[in-house]
Amino acid sequence: MTSASPADARGRTPRRRDSRRGDSIFFNLSRGAGVLLLVVMAAIAGFLTYRSALALGKNEGNFLTTFEWTPDAAKPVFGIAVLTFGTLVSALIAMIIAVPIAVGIALFISHYAPRRIAQPFAYLVDLLAAVPSIVYGLWGVLFLVPHMGGLTSWMDQYLGWTYIFSQSSSGVPPRNLFTVGILLAIMVLPIITAVTREVFRQVPRMHEEAALALGATRWEMIRTAVLPFGRPGIISASMLGLGRALGETIAVATVLSTNSKLTLHLLDPGGGTFAENIALKFNEAQPLGRDALMASGLVLFVITLLVNGAARVIIARRKEYSGAAA
Amino acid sequence: MTAIDTVAAAPQLSRRLTAARLPRWAPAAITVGSIAVGCAVGAVAGLESHLQWGLISALVFLVASYTASATVEGRRQAKDRFATSLVWVAFICAVVPLVSLTFYTVQQGLGAISPEFLSHSMKGVVGTLSPDGGIYHAIIGTIEQVLLATLIAAPIGLLTAVYLVEYGRGRLAKAVTFFVDVMTGIPSVVAGLFILSLWNILLGFEYSGFSGSLALAILMMPVVVRSTEEMLKLVPNELREASYALGVPRWKTILRIVLPTAIGGITTGVMLAVARITGETAPVMMLVFGADFINSDPFNGPQQSLPLYIWQQYSQVNNEFGYSRAWGAALVLIAFVMGLNLIARGIARWRSPKGGR
Amino acid sequence: MAKRIDVSGLSAYYGSTRAIEDISMTIEPRSVTAFIGPSGCGKSTFLRTLNRMHEVIPGARVEGKVMLDDENLYGANVDPVAVRRSVGMVFQRPNPFPTMSIYDNVVAGLKLAGVKKKSVLDGVVEKSLQGANLWNEVKDRLNKPGAGLSGGQQQRLCIARAIAVEPEVLLMDEPCSALDPISTLAIEDLIGELKSQFTIVIVTHNMQQAARVSDRTAFFNLAGVGQPGKLIELDDTQRIFSNPSVQATEDYISGRFG
Repeated sequence: MTSASPADARGRTPRRRDSRRGDSIFFNLSRGAGVLLLVVMAAIAGFLTYRSALALGKNEGNFLTTFEWTPDAAKPVFGIAVLTFGTLVSALIAMIIAVPIAVGIALFISHYAPRRIAQPFAYLVDLLAAVPSIVYGLWGVLFLVPHMGGLTSWMDQYLGWTYIFSQSSSGVPPRNLFTVGILLAIMVLPIITAVTREVFRQVPRMHEEAALALGATRWEMIRTAVLPFGRPGIISASMLGLGRALGETIAVATVLSTNSKLTLHLLDPGGGTFAENIALKFNEAQPLGRDALMASGLVLFVITLLVNGAARVIIARRKEYSGAAA
Repeated sequence: MTAIDTVAAAPQLSRRLTAARLPRWAPAAITVGSIAVGCAVGAVAGLESHLQWGLISALVFLVASYTASATVEGRRQAKDRFATSLVWVAFICAVVPLVSLTFYTVQQGLGAISPEFLSHSMKGVVGTLSPDGGIYHAIIGTIEQVLLATLIAAPIGLLTAVYLVEYGRGRLAKAVTFFVDVMTGIPSVVAGLFILSLWNILLGFEYSGFSGSLALAILMMPVVVRSTEEMLKLVPNELREASYALGVPRWKTILRIVLPTAIGGITTGVMLAVARITGETAPVMMLVFGADFINSDPFNGPQQSLPLYIWQQYSQVNNEFGYSRAWGAALVLIAFVMGLNLIARGIARWRSPKGGR
Repeated sequence: MAKRIDVSGLSAYYGSTRAIEDISMTIEPRSVTAFIGPSGCGKSTFLRTLNRMHEVIPGARVEGKVMLDDENLYGANVDPVAVRRSVGMVFQRPNPFPTMSIYDNVVAGLKLAGVKKKSVLDGVVEKSLQGANLWNEVKDRLNKPGAGLSGGQQQRLCIARAIAVEPEVLLMDEPCSALDPISTLAIEDLIGELKSQFTIVIVTHNMQQAARVSDRTAFFNLAGVGQPGKLIELDDTQRIFSNPSVQATEDYISGRFG
């Protein structure tokens, strides 16, 4: 590639040598950066796997089904059951709340709001995506948690029959997975909204007009033209948000009151997540404890990878599909 | 003629053009009415949390607008109105927590911020017993760590993006692209853990601002690569060809033509990445350790950083004094991140290349 | 079921800009009326005021009266959604819904109106596709996506979709401008067949096309640079092309401007 530059064809000798050398230096420099990135990535993956394997070898409990996390005890026992449950459940709650609302806001910005409101509001949502998670955490524990008290006991009262919304003991601050889910929903809302909004904006005007000209109301137009076109975009935006929610550390660590119990009573304080567990435990961890945390980190990493990979596959499909439609 | 004449009009659709409509003031009236009902029910039932008041109002609003429309205008219109109401409710659902977050942080933070707060460290202050002390050391730490991380990540990220766009063909480029994607998904704790066990434990370096920077750089690199790649792709190929046609070598073309054309977008991308890592807490918490005093040397000994400071004030001090300092630091941190964002977007608008925006 | 359109004193605006000014005309049922004129003279805008599609653009509004037989489209309590079902439209670029099959595209309007019975829908699909001269080409692949058809087929699919809801009027906004000559010919033939059923209004840039397909022709022009568009004259197509009563029309038709 490099030698194909037209400079070679007519360049005088000294200049040609100069440009050759410049080209090769620059090429190697930029390739080196790429290789370095690969090396870092490989190092992370390799290192995590190696340390995890060390830890797993010394684990006296079942890594997948054990509730406790006591890798530094005389008889090291640790497992990710509680963490997996907590991570998945809180992320799931966040998605259930955030995705419909985000789609609603995206529609609000792209199709409903008067333009004077839509523009600044879209901008505001973008800015909110940048609020650091520690601030969300602080707000969550000092503002949201006190305000969730009423709602929690209300849900216990009216929805307690669902089992998952029944509280074992009332009056405790709701530092539970449900509140964490709500906080995560608020945190991922701006990201999902931003991506979804862009997709909705790309819906060709002619498809919207086709629907309107057939006698569709605004909602029917959205259902026939906008949502089908935007569906892959909504899914991949949600995956992006899900990835964020799964890996969220500090906001969860601030709000959740952790323990090593696994309960379906989502309004009871307790449980834990991968990221939160790592952040809170690493400090007092002994070498084996650290390796055990690495193992849980690896699991989190793999889960995030799968989610991101799924999102990417969906986006790629959409590209093919819109190419065929054009 | 063709089959149109032979087949009789199958489905008899309504041919009326006029339809009963709700008066224009109806949505506003329903809104006001349902808020009133929500508040009334909340007050009478003695629900202490305003969240419930709002939820009741929202439910009443949705039901009322559907029923009103369904009785007057028919089912299709009612569905349309219901969708509109839902979208508005979604909007409110988003606005309430986000406004509350902003408002609460500003309100609490302004109470804590003072010239002393900004210019003093926590040295010699017993955090649990006194409202004194400040975030000076944390500001210094954050700036140094973020700067170091940027110095590591930005050039590597930039060069990688140049490689992928300008040279990248073949298996190596494919692998790099793939792993950049993978890297974007690394949870920040995992990056922190990695540096902790490799740099601090295996290689034996002590806690320092720099080891925090290393973890932050890992988080920042893929973001920089992605955004720079997008920007370089926007540079039209004609520009490159025009430059080659003048006999300019490839590397000079890239340095003198391609990069300057895309510099606005690249800067924006880097600044957004900086804003993102500035707020990262977990890796800093594991690697920087958190000092109470001013340590302006990022390579030796524990430092402090703003996110970590907030966390420590909340979790370790954990009383009114600590909360107050945490809010003060949170406001400064938000202002810093928002400032970066605004500047970045300003640059993007000011120097957007063709096709951008 | 074709109806007469009677327009009086109609002006259309985009924000504060007036795009067309004070247009009055009568469009006869069961005939083809062509709108011709230079670019930007407001003929498409005028077309879109006939089924209230103009107002879907933010800031756009209309003044004046459009009578469909004896009902004013812009009267109080008129539902624009109902208007658009009575006055169908075909656009410049074929725009079948990309996520839907051919079958679903044709019945999209009916489904919106709440028709769900499979037997009814099947009948309408066959009838409409035959009406659009497309049935024989697609009857074996009704469940394939509509976007897989050729441009001309897509446009006929859009016509089938429009006539499936049995409108009284069919508006066509330069329906052939994105098509090759053979597809254009197919559409023109189709227009000739459809006029026995519908009131057809077609905007076209191609004067030969106007001469070939229409019974009456309306010539639009700008009142001046930056001025709104106006109706210059409306007459039998033959007369417009042979012996127009306004000089500007003759200039335009003979190619002296536009």
